[in-house]
Amino acid sequence: MSSDPRHSESPHHGLFVNGLCKSYGPVQVLADASFEVRPGEVVALLGENGAGKSTVSNIIAGSTKPDAGTIIWRGKPYSPANPAAAIEAGVGMIHQELKLLPDLSVAENVYVGRLPMRGGRIDRATMNAKASAQLKRLGLDVSPERKVRTLRIAAQQQVEIAKALTLNAELLILDEPTAALGGEETELLFQQIRKLKAEGMSFIYISHRLDEIAQIADRVVVMRDGRIVARHERADIPVRTVVEQMVGRSVERMFPKLSPPRDETLLEVENLSSPDKSFNAVSFSVKSGEILGIAGLIGAGRTELVRAIAGADPISSGAVHVAGKPVHLNGPAAAIRAGVVLVPEDRKAQGVVLEQTIGENLAFGNFDHVAPKGWVFPKAVQKFAEAGISRLGVKGKPNQAVSKLSGGNQQKVIIAKWVSRPPKVFILDEPTRGIDVGARAAIYDVIADLARSGMAVVVVSSDLEEVLGLSHRVLVLSRGRQRGILERGEASNVAVMELATS
Amino acid sequence: MAVSNDASELKAAAGAQGATGTKFSALFAGTMGPLIGLALLCLALTLTTDTFLTVRNILNVLDQITVLGIMAIGMTLVILIGGIDLSVGSVLALAAMVMGYIAHPDYLNLGVPAGVVAALVVAGLCGLVSGLLVTMTKLPPFIATLAMMSVARGLANMITDGSQIVGFPDWFTNLSIVRHFGFLSVTVGLMIVLAIVFAIFLNYRATGRSLYAIGGSAEVARLSGIPVKSLTNWVYAICGVLAGLAGIVLAARLDSVQPSSGLGYELDTIAAVVIGGASLSGGVGSIGGTAVGVLIIGVLRNGLNLLGVSPFIQQVVIGVVIALAVATDTWRRRSQ
Repeated sequence: MSSDPRHSESPHHGLFVNGLCKSYGPVQVLADASFEVRPGEVVALLGENGAGKSTVSNIIAGSTKPDAGTIIWRGKPYSPANPAAAIEAGVGMIHQELKLLPDLSVAENVYVGRLPMRGGRIDRATMNAKASAQLKRLGLDVSPERKVRTLRIAAQQQVEIAKALTLNAELLILDEPTAALGGEETELLFQQIRKLKAEGMSFIYISHRLDEIAQIADRVVVMRDGRIVARHERADIPVRTVVEQMVGRSVERMFPKLSPPRDETLLEVENLSSPDKSFNAVSFSVKSGEILGIAGLIGAGRTELVRAIAGADPISSGAVHVAGKPVHLNGPAAAIRAGVVLVPEDRKAQGVVLEQTIGENLAFGNFDHVAPKGWVFPKAVQKFAEAGISRLGVKGKPNQAVSKLSGGNQQKVIIAKWVSRPPKVFILDEPTRGIDVGARAAIYDVIADLARSGMAVVVVSSDLEEVLGLSHRVLVLSRGRQRGILERGEASNVAVMELATS
Repeated sequence: MAVSNDASELKAAAGAQGATGTKFSALFAGTMGPLIGLALLCLALTLTTDTFLTVRNILNVLDQITVLGIMAIGMTLVILIGGIDLSVGSVLALAAMVMGYIAHPDYLNLGVPAGVVAALVVAGLCGLVSGLLVTMTKLPPFIATLAMMSVARGLANMITDGSQIVGFPDWFTNLSIVRHFGFLSVTVGLMIVLAIVFAIFLNYRATGRSLYAIGGSAEVARLSGIPVKSLTNWVYAICGVLAGLAGIVLAARLDSVQPSSGLGYELDTIAAVVIGGASLSGGVGSIGGTAVGVLIIGVLRNGLNLLGVSPFIQQVVIGVVIALAVATDTWRRRSQ
């Protein structure tokens, strides 16, 4: 363990984070986080989705305010009011989603907001020359006049880094910088980090890919549930140790008892691939009454996979059979007719029409049922909605706007939309995202009931406990590839994480 | 009074479906503001003029709003699904010119019925092309229909090289002149029937309800199995057909067709729909609301004429009313 970072006097001119706390409502996302980053050092920040890494980074980069705690940077108290103040102080952050202006040139992006002027006009010559110099420093041979849109993701990322360099950044936070990079591009990035490190720059490096950490990091900080659970002075620690620390032991949750699956196979997926390679050659089957969990890190291709099975996105090859019959995946309507329904990842953008009533939302997707000859009568919608509401225990009335419901009840409305058909295959993507912990148990019960009634259920979740607690079997994806299917007995936190980070 | 006239017709539409008083309010849901505005407007004009509240004048107002009213029905559908159609004024002119060219003795002389059919087909095709530009080539509706606006206007001019066609059979012009049952011309009747049909469609047909889903969130609608693309194509096609029909009504009223007619009508139409409480972001709106919006514009024009206000000032007043109507609606929604 490192020396306690809570020194009143700084032994070096790096970054000291002391006791940062942050809550959103009743949810504490960061509790007493403390660590240090020395000059010319790369500190890796590790943790599962939602462990608090982003919150810490956002506080240091000035886009989030902590509830408590202090930061010392270069020997002085540091509390940036906004990202501009952080940049002024020499702290930059490269986000996972790059924040560039795609239709402006490389140089314009580097100098946006502070374009060099001469005689009231933009001094393009100076701007291009200076930008060029910074790009060369990174070993990047790109014309400064080229539009950013035409660059590859890796080159765009380097434009962001070049921008940070011209801002005299001394600490750079990299959030999942390699998520969209290939092997060679990753190596180039590492070379640049080492070069800048030698010049005295510090880095906070956030990543899920444990294999990279040993290559690039000097020290490792592990987070879990908003807390820092371990600090390692060296980066070449066994993956298993880190994974155990990342997953830890969390509070026991109430998961329903699962009934054994039946014999009939309802869903068969064979060699399914997407056109953009977000998932590749995935094959699995789910039986009647069975719940299959799909685990993986963000960007592993989980959502893309289930959306494709539900006909929402196109596939490039492979086949899906439902109850032995092939499904022609040319749109959600066809999948729904074949008995495959999806509760999508983004409830508010994809699941419900917020301004409209529960009744309306339940009717969308069920007009064949509610309006047999195409006539929709308010009474029929009301009756249909009441049935759905009582079946799932939604706290609301048919003529109530969905926007007035809690997240858990909105989710139940989406599930209620589909149960009456009844579907053969029920897919739920992140069924409890943004839902209070207390309300989750009710959703788990609903999911277990769906399986008990004979449907094949597929649950995608970033919450490992949830996948493990709910599933008969767990399919693990990593970078679009199927890494294995674990039986309930052998599926543990560590086993899943090992596959997911492979 | 114009309001009660039209409103009771719509109420009858709801009544035909076994509705009660609550259904009536549902039909005008979210349009109480405009409805009150219309009532106040009528009240003010009744008090300030001798001529506003006369049967003759009210019938005048109804005659004057038929073209706008018919176009506004189509525009309501388009705005409901989150789109916009800037081409309706040009499509109106094109349809009228096609009708005149085919029907008029100086040109093809194939008779008015053939002309009307051809005009509606051409107008429908214009709408369908706009729809396909939106769904297939993913053009924003604003751009797709802006392009169609230019193309249709150009085609309208090409038919006669820019000159008008005057003189149609009496039976045709009588459609907008002769008042049956003492008050109802065929064209006003057509507008009312269309309003009722589309009000029923939007309220009680699965397809009509689906339009609300598309406007609320096209992705939710798609994932719910609603054929978003084909419905979008249909909506633009229907909007085109109704614009074409409005062109024919205008031809009957004026006993002539000219390629420059309908200039700027798209803005009046959009204004009427928006004053009627529809949201330009889609998902909110109704035929009842649009009827109120059309009446507000019609009554306002009529009233300002009666008061002897110059047409230039009228434009200013109507602009102010549009801003006021939508602003109050926005404030009301936010305060809820």
